[in-house]
Amino acid sequence: MGEKAVIVLHSGDMDKVYSALIIGNGALAMGMEASIYFTFWGLMRLKKGGLEKGPLSKMHMLGLGKWMVKKRMDKANVASLERLMNDFKELGGKIIACEMTMEIMGIKKEELRTEWVDEWGAVGSYIHEARDANITLFI
Amino acid sequence: MAEMEIDVRGETCPVPLVECRKALKKASPGDLVIVKGTHPASKKEIPMACEAMGLEVLGIEDKKEGKEWEIKIRR
Repeated sequence: MGEKAVIVLHSGDMDKVYSALIIGNGALAMGMEASIYFTFWGLMRLKKGGLEKGPLSKMHMLGLGKWMVKKRMDKANVASLERLMNDFKELGGKIIACEMTMEIMGIKKEELRTEWVDEWGAVGSYIHEARDANITLFI
Repeated sequence: MAEMEIDVRGETCPVPLVECRKALKKASPGDLVIVKGTHPASKKEIPMACEAMGLEVLGIEDKKEGKEWEIKIRR
């Protein structure tokens, strides 16, 4: 088996979702395997229409900060999260959705972008993925 | 042997790296992949990725007085 990066995305903040998807895509682009485990606030971003909905982790200022950062990102020609997710999937990245979060938050599978999800799992799935990984991150 | 050209001029991190990888996945062994871009970090990171994947970089060229670059890769 090749080298692997395993990322836990616990945060649903827009900037942190960017970090997870950029690092995941970077790993795939450099010839590694990659998986992202979406849990807690991160899992909210897998809801239909939810990917771009996260607040900014700092200086959100009721959305004003996010709006300003978004404008600057557009100017710098930064890819959308939707595009990064599609690239991640196209390059063979794996998405794992946390079932316990779904139970706690009362989320049903049909509320999520199931076409993105490769596996529905719990902590065992993360450890199973991460135990032979070269990189593992908690975001 | 086919030749593939990808244009990522104006694109920023991580798009040049990702588009390069997509093209390399589509290419057959022996094919030539030419990447044209402007993003400075990608100019060194694309060759790093190629080295990690055991692919040969045939050349890295500066264009338009260093504003653009062109990387040739043998799949």
